[in-house]
Amino acid sequence: MQQEYVLEMIDIVKEFPGVKALQGVTLKVRPGKVHALMGENGAGKSTLMKCLLGIYQANSGKIIYDGKEVHFKNTQEALNAGISMIHQELSPVPERNVSENLWLGRVPVKGFKVDHKKMRQDSLDLFKRLNLDVNPDAKMGSLTVAKMQMVEIAKAVSYDSKVIVMDEPTSSLTETEVEHLFKIIEDLTARNVAVIYISHKMEEIFRIADDVTVFRDGCHVATEEAKNLDIDKLITLMVGREMTDMFPKVDCPIGDVVLKVENLSAGTAVRNVSFELHRGEILGMAGLVGAGRTETAEAIFGMRHITGGKIYKDGKELHIKSPEQAIKNGIALLTEDRRGSGIIGLLSIIDNTVIADLKKYGFPLNHKKMRADTEKYVEALNTKTPSVDTPIKNLSGGNQQKVLVGRWLLTAPDVLIVDEPTRGIDVGAKAEIHSLLSKLAGEGKAIIMISSEMPEVMGMSDRIVIMHEGLMTGILDRNEFDSELILKFATSDEKYVKEAQ
Amino acid sequence: MGGNSKDIKGFVSRNSIWLILIILILAVGVIQPKFLSVGNMVTLISGEAVRGIMAFGVMFAILSKGIDLTIGSTAALVAVITASFAQEADYANRYFEGGKPLPAILVILIGLAIGVVIGAIYGAIIAYTKIPAFIATLGGQLICRAGAKMYSDSPISKLTESYRFLGHAKIGPVPVIIIVFFLMFAISAFLLTQTRFGKNVFAIGGNDQAARVAGINVERTTVLVYVWCSFCAALGAILLTGKTGSATPASTGLNYELDAIAAATVGGTSHTGGICRASGVLAGILILGVINNGLVMLKVDDNMTNIVKGLIIVGSVILDMRKNAKRV
Ligand SMILES: Nc1ncnc2c1ncn2[C@@H]1O[C@H](COP(=O)(O)OP(=O)(O)OP(=O)(O)O)[C@@H](O)[C@H]1O
Ligand SMILES: [Mg+2]
Repeated sequence: MQQEYVLEMIDIVKEFPGVKALQGVTLKVRPGKVHALMGENGAGKSTLMKCLLGIYQANSGKIIYDGKEVHFKNTQEALNAGISMIHQELSPVPERNVSENLWLGRVPVKGFKVDHKKMRQDSLDLFKRLNLDVNPDAKMGSLTVAKMQMVEIAKAVSYDSKVIVMDEPTSSLTETEVEHLFKIIEDLTARNVAVIYISHKMEEIFRIADDVTVFRDGCHVATEEAKNLDIDKLITLMVGREMTDMFPKVDCPIGDVVLKVENLSAGTAVRNVSFELHRGEILGMAGLVGAGRTETAEAIFGMRHITGGKIYKDGKELHIKSPEQAIKNGIALLTEDRRGSGIIGLLSIIDNTVIADLKKYGFPLNHKKMRADTEKYVEALNTKTPSVDTPIKNLSGGNQQKVLVGRWLLTAPDVLIVDEPTRGIDVGAKAEIHSLLSKLAGEGKAIIMISSEMPEVMGMSDRIVIMHEGLMTGILDRNEFDSELILKFATSDEKYVKEAQ
Repeated sequence: MGGNSKDIKGFVSRNSIWLILIILILAVGVIQPKFLSVGNMVTLISGEAVRGIMAFGVMFAILSKGIDLTIGSTAALVAVITASFAQEADYANRYFEGGKPLPAILVILIGLAIGVVIGAIYGAIIAYTKIPAFIATLGGQLICRAGAKMYSDSPISKLTESYRFLGHAKIGPVPVIIIVFFLMFAISAFLLTQTRFGKNVFAIGGNDQAARVAGINVERTTVLVYVWCSFCAALGAILLTGKTGSATPASTGLNYELDAIAAATVGGTSHTGGICRASGVLAGILILGVINNGLVMLKVDDNMTNIVKGLIIVGSVILDMRKNAKRV
């Protein structure tokens, strides 16, 4: 006879110094179902999952898995028992190849020797089973973030677990890969595997979830079957109030050209990209993974060697060779890889906020002012943290992102480039960041917003640049926005030609 | 904000190294009360001053995820060169036959400048070629030591009193070397927490990629780190030659880099980058000093002293790692 639940976590309490992250929450997961775990940034979703996997030890509470009470002291025990997890923050070993990353910690051996042949074959088999197109011999670091994420997913699946936790697995995937993941999830549930699925993307939840549990501030709010919910109800449960507008785009006067990019090229990643950016404008950038949007931003920001073309700001040609010079010229870039090139984990929120603009604080540094400015942004962006002295790595992913947004706002840039600005950010905060971008545009700043979320680019942009494999295939005005059109130019080399008016 | 008791707990845990120091001092003092005399404390601190100043240098390198192994041999090179310019005129065995010693202040400036140049050279090599600091400074160690021996094949002694002022003189009852030591402590603490340079080094040690994106010139900062490191080594050399009155190419500063690294490490500087406190390093220096000085007073033999030192270095890092892991 099968139990009703494969996993029950009952009354889990977890405290960190100064924070009660979980105050007695309960989660019951049915086998072969997708159980969505929802809640704002810092609600405690990741923490609960880490308690399950034995990464953290809960202060109190009970975990019943497969009918027995369990107590994993480390991840290894959890994996052996049949629970695996895709972490919110990837931790690949970039210098090793894909198959070594895949079988890390459990490499097949022949006698004392690592059996490289088997390892490679196993990888190929796994990829084939999951229909993934990844070369097992490629260096992990050479893959795109999305590919790395797919490898991570493959890894979690390869344990043949009964419960798989997916903590925001789609945050760095584009639509095609998301579809792919959903296929994989379907297969898993068909084989009676339970999936605990954490995401801030509503559409995903309603597509795949059977059950939904909502947390708020470390407390259990509700558990419902997905079919009894709709987006509005769910959002209200999550934020505790009604949300009005997800895309509070305000039409503001568009001013002069601030930034002009002419035939910009950077190797093969960016080829002949040209566009103009005006004061008060939000220019969206759409495209699939590998389209070259991030690379374009990096080229403008001096992180990537430019092989051709020109960049002008306020009519003057720029020769930017480093982020340092870009910042001096009033350009800011919020990168997509939060952990790799965003946060400095060990340092406090203050240090992380002021680091890009230390000049402002004089010699010796004015610590009082640094603290006051940080507190201002923590408040303005509604960042949840016990104090501004907390190391940033202790914040939930979404709150880390808010600190980084604050870092760049502090530099008071004229041109703000944001690469997936709301990745991993909850609905409430997302709307906040959207209205912040709108407000900044209203103040005359020029904004480039790279986003893989169709509703976001369409909802927030004045114009959208569409790229495909390094080429710019189209640029649409707001009145021409149409998701099918965008997708069309994002998937083919065909150039968009404006219809005669 | 936590309650009062939490603050105290946090304070103790942050400063546990000072607690260890106090316990060590008391323990040695109970067995050998003479250890606690003011005179002996002065001896202890003067004895550690040179290595301590070098530790204040190398802690920046460690904080940035690097290391500096050249310190001792840089000191040797600076020592022989400065010493050769500061020998008494009437000394028979002068390095420069005939001639007069240069003014002390000039000699000291030359010595410090040599340190700065050496640091700039291998700092640039580390920053721009991206080779590991361990390798670059290992090479530098061999080269500088060889340079010192090529400069002179015998000890250079009989140095002028004015040159020896920093290392040898006293102001009232206080040796100048102790004043220099605490001055260097204050300057490094200031650099670390009150300047952009310090914040940038923290950022680079914590996540160099993120530091670069935040507009920090990682290469320039790295060069400055090794310039500072090497400057401290040069200053150490001047104090050391002043203190002993001579420079010996083969042995001056020998293995000092290891003592400096040990002190910085015991003081809580993390070799994985991003964690360092000047006050911790000061305590680390004094802890090693208590062992060096105290165990001699207790007539513990040399090998035993080294075993204790080794255990303390490893033990302190284990404790630190656990403390930091808990904060994860
Ligand atoms: N190691 C830690 N030390 C201290 N506090 C922590 C630690 N990890 C998490 N927290 C705190 O616990 C709370 C819950 O964090 P958690 O990461 O579980 O949130 P989340 O629901 O996963 O949010 P997100 O959607 O942003 O990922 C937050 O307030 C966070 O600051
Ligand atoms: Mg999370």
